[in-house]
Amino acid sequence: MNWEEDEEKLLPSQRPEWSDVSPLPQDDGPNPVVPIAYKPEFAETMDYFRAVYRADERSPRALQLTHQAILLNPGNYTVWHFRRLILETLSKDLQQELDYVSKIAEKNSKNYQIWHHRRWLAEKLGPDAAGRELKFTEKILSGDAKNYHAWSHRQWVLQSLGGWDDELEYCHQLLEEDIFNNSAWNQRYFIITKSPLLGGLQAMRESEVKYTVAAILANPENESPWRYLRGLYKDDPKSWIHDPQVSTLCLKVLTSSGTNHVFALSTVLDLLSHGLQPSRELREAVDTLNPNSSSTKDSLGNTICSVLEHADAMRVNYWRWRKSQLIV
Amino acid sequence: MEGEGTATGRQRRATASQLDQWTVQDQVFKIYGAFASIPRSAQSVISIWTASILKVVLYERSRPWLCYWILHSIALLGESVDDELEDNAIDFLSRCQMPHLATTYAAVNSLVTLGGHKALSSINRDNLYKFLSRMKDSSGAFRMHDAGEIDVRACYTAISVASILNILDDELAKGVGNYILSCQTYEGGIAGEPGSEAHGGYTFCGLAAMVLINQANSLDLASLIDWVAFRQGVECGFQGRTNKLVDGCYSFWQGGVFALLQRLPAFGGEGFGTSDVEVEWVSDSTSEGDDEDRDSSDDNEALHPEPDQEGHQSSSHSPESSTAVHIHHSRHNQLEPLFHTMALQQYIVLCSQEQEGGFRDKPGKARDYYHTCYCLSGLSVCQYSRSKNENSPPLPTSVLGPYSNLLEPIHPLYNVVSRQYHDAREFFSKY
Repeated sequence: MNWEEDEEKLLPSQRPEWSDVSPLPQDDGPNPVVPIAYKPEFAETMDYFRAVYRADERSPRALQLTHQAILLNPGNYTVWHFRRLILETLSKDLQQELDYVSKIAEKNSKNYQIWHHRRWLAEKLGPDAAGRELKFTEKILSGDAKNYHAWSHRQWVLQSLGGWDDELEYCHQLLEEDIFNNSAWNQRYFIITKSPLLGGLQAMRESEVKYTVAAILANPENESPWRYLRGLYKDDPKSWIHDPQVSTLCLKVLTSSGTNHVFALSTVLDLLSHGLQPSRELREAVDTLNPNSSSTKDSLGNTICSVLEHADAMRVNYWRWRKSQLIV
Repeated sequence: MEGEGTATGRQRRATASQLDQWTVQDQVFKIYGAFASIPRSAQSVISIWTASILKVVLYERSRPWLCYWILHSIALLGESVDDELEDNAIDFLSRCQMPHLATTYAAVNSLVTLGGHKALSSINRDNLYKFLSRMKDSSGAFRMHDAGEIDVRACYTAISVASILNILDDELAKGVGNYILSCQTYEGGIAGEPGSEAHGGYTFCGLAAMVLINQANSLDLASLIDWVAFRQGVECGFQGRTNKLVDGCYSFWQGGVFALLQRLPAFGGEGFGTSDVEVEWVSDSTSEGDDEDRDSSDDNEALHPEPDQEGHQSSSHSPESSTAVHIHHSRHNQLEPLFHTMALQQYIVLCSQEQEGGFRDKPGKARDYYHTCYCLSGLSVCQYSRSKNENSPPLPTSVLGPYSNLLEPIHPLYNVVSRQYHDAREFFSKY
């Protein structure tokens, strides 16, 4: 598609079809605060845009003009808004418009307006657009696996248009590629809580805990699965403190040497605040990590905070505060 | 340990996240290492290069956001713009008819920062109220512009503008709380939309908006604090999301969250002095024993962050409840920030600051006004993190580098310099 190269060369003032339009310059007032030094092409294109926008001219040439304006500044939301109005008025093919947006998005994957435009198009096209949108976001994510807009769009598509079938598997693939990808963990949480094809959080909990525990043991320094694990018991602390898999996991991590213990300790601390009755082994494992191993009369929570004040020194103030919050 | 459909055993190959992280870590530690090895007398690099920033800033272009980033940066440095520039800025901003919440927020904050009768009276509050009402969605949240996107950022910019102009009412506020609540994720942070990932920018916006409408306590604060505390990494700066890279701008978005939390009555804070809260911002309680001055004043301290020296006593005990961690008052803790303020200052000054002035995301990235604004804002948050109120200047031990590095204090809810905020508040309660 060579329209980019050919059509952009000619500015409106150079084209006969625009001769009936008087361009409207930007009104920055008599003393602009250091005006932006716009390139002549940009200034002229926007002057003509302003004219058709003011006149509310929803014509093919106006549509073309929005395209040129978008190329010069894809962040201008007024131009996108007007483009949508024109598309509606002219009853343009929205699938083709999706092709168009996809091309623009190639170089602008973090642009709010583009994603917003896509959402508008997809909404108009309905459930049939689901497959294409999922494919599109997948493509963006393959280049930038944590693109916030892409994930947000994907979630919107799933909830509004459907297409849940392969989503959990897709998440799993992403995690296989990068177990540290927090966006993928977040998506996983979204799926197990929202997917109409699955049974909901409680029903999925068992298998998810197994999955997460394996991920943690593979990389105990990975914060994502630890938070995910906690999330699996959201609003149900009783189940959390009573699930033996959780304390077993913590114990396992705490007793391995050369391993990052911070998240395990932090998890035990939280479990304690919710009423966990710690096993003797757990106590011993923590005591072993405590440099001041004399203080056995301290509560386990206190000991953990003391250990963390040293083991996680960046958060020393936080751990001190946590200690002060303990209901001894 | 394997299982069906579970992640495979120990990862042998480093993942993309790990590789990116190690690259940045290496660069950052190189900088810290180099700094540690130069003689103390040459450590002027730890100063903020005010003059350079000003020169750079005054010749640049302006749009509402640029205006705000630039003007706020200048104000933080304790400088001001000349009368002509000020007049032109006011004139420009009042012409800027951009019915978009983000630019409206930037324009209002710019005018508040410029201050003075001309700037403040140029704001047409009636029109603004109408605009905000139009942006209100039936869900309670706000849209960025007509038929625009709904998210936590829109909620914050709307509420912030309404509040600072003293036009925040129940009509505007209703339903916002529930929407923001639905955006708090399982991780503890707040996302842009329900279901999305917990993110520093949105967490600041969400919490600030909740404070402004007096509903901060509806959030799971314990979980929020835990999430944000863990966003400060070995590089000393903050990341925006779990397992992502450090970025100077989060010095404010994440650092600012702590500034907000510290002032909540639930944490022994004294409130914000907003129209919603009884307590006055400027406290006249006596400044008791300075808990804070047992910090070491040694600059090199910052490179090998030592735990603070003071001990803490837990004071009150709350009745047991079946809910999660109960946050209760602790008289002695009220001023202790929950993050490592010196480490963050170190990242900002040594890694984000550019040789020629201005600030950037991280080493290797180019400086820009957005990062300059938010790095400076974050720096201010750090410097004032132990101050009871803005009338008592911070101790030198709270400021990394020479005391001349001290910036102006900000009001963390709006991110405008305190003095200008108070002037505006006075103006908008009179007129």
